[in-house]
Amino acid sequence: MNYHWNWHVYLDQVSAGDERYLDWIISALGWTIAVSMSAWLIALTLGALIGTLRTAPNRWLVAIGNVWVEGFRNVPLLVQLFLWFFVVPEFLPAELSRWVKQDMPAKEFFTAAICLGLFTSARVAEQVRAGIQSLPRGQKMASLAMGFTLPQTYRYVLLPMAFRIVIPPLTSEFMNIIKNSSVAFAIGLMELTFISRQMIEESGQVFESLLAATLLYTICAFSANRVMTYIEKRTRVPGYIAGAK
Amino acid sequence: MLGQLDFSVIAPGLPFIWEGLLFSLKLTVVAMVGGIFLGTLLALARISGGPALAAFATAYVNTMRSIPLLMVILWFFFLIPLFTGAPMGAEKSALITFTAFEAAYYSEIMRAGIQSVSKGQVNAGYALGMTYWQSMKIVVLPQAFRNMLPVLLTQTIILFQDTSLVYAIGAKDLLKAAEITGKNYNRPIEMYLFVALVYFAICFGLSMLVKHLQKRIAIVR
Repeated sequence: MNYHWNWHVYLDQVSAGDERYLDWIISALGWTIAVSMSAWLIALTLGALIGTLRTAPNRWLVAIGNVWVEGFRNVPLLVQLFLWFFVVPEFLPAELSRWVKQDMPAKEFFTAAICLGLFTSARVAEQVRAGIQSLPRGQKMASLAMGFTLPQTYRYVLLPMAFRIVIPPLTSEFMNIIKNSSVAFAIGLMELTFISRQMIEESGQVFESLLAATLLYTICAFSANRVMTYIEKRTRVPGYIAGAK
Repeated sequence: MLGQLDFSVIAPGLPFIWEGLLFSLKLTVVAMVGGIFLGTLLALARISGGPALAAFATAYVNTMRSIPLLMVILWFFFLIPLFTGAPMGAEKSALITFTAFEAAYYSEIMRAGIQSVSKGQVNAGYALGMTYWQSMKIVVLPQAFRNMLPVLLTQTIILFQDTSLVYAIGAKDLLKAAEITGKNYNRPIEMYLFVALVYFAICFGLSMLVKHLQKRIAIVR
């Protein structure tokens, strides 16, 4: 194997323009974090809502929840991304459609964030539903017997416990969202995967380019893991969840 | 816009798309078979291998699971030629990558499966005079597979969806074939919708099958 190592490549100038590769990587990291965090916000909000709906005592609400989850879970993320990027703008009203296609600022970013957010929301919804259903039936019955309305039961009894129970699976979803954000390269968002490919093409330094992106992904996912673990510890109900101190 | 959609382009494009679908399926099956085989070995290494072997298996599984699949695809695509000295086709590279990558995920499932078989059974196997491999092959693994079958299949559905990521190295799978057809006939919108429908039909069908299977296995147990 003859490979020409060049660890200085990060400080080298990009052939066109006066940026260094390091500047590229930093800005790419910024996009990766921005997309992941926006998508996570969408996924948590919608996922909690849809997941709760799926436990509601109403056939139609459950059906809507099921369609949502099955739809987003059974089509590959990359295909969904293309649908949002190429297909959805075609179906908007004429005026809006033209604006999205021509003038929309940071179109790649918003498309990727929405797509990834909705994709993950289905998975979050599944976890939240499982969390609510894992609670003893007696809790809901007791709450209703005490005169709480159904919304009150959810607000004060079921959801506070269910959200705590689902934190560990949500942690891995949070890490997944960071890993999945790499798919956004396909619509031209200049995030880590896109930039590492670009850097390979421009500099020819395969190892160094892939290593930088891989390490940064790992660091991001690990940080996400730490943040969620911290939240899990802070919100733990003493004596309820197994293994708690 | 809906009125302007012209799905008639799908018919002439079908043979080409079919080839793409066949590659996606081939990739899925190869990665599933190879991944479950390697994954089982990795799981055994973690559970009953020596400290060095267990540490290697753990490191391998954790590394693969913490890196985006797209990155792994790029690593293999660019690295294998550096070692072999000859450029490798995107299709071949994808087959190797997915097998190696999925092995990490299957190994976690198999590990849970093996650990779901009670220790007494292994000991009973030893008491009957079986060697380690015999007790694994005859007593533990068949039960582990059976217990984990629904989870293994669910992972395979995810694997099938993930094969679309070979887009990054230009391998011609279902998605790529549909995209090329869309460009050739200048009807990309219809083709994207069509390919999404195909993926949905396959994945939804399979997931229904898994649910059915899960119920049957649950009753037997």
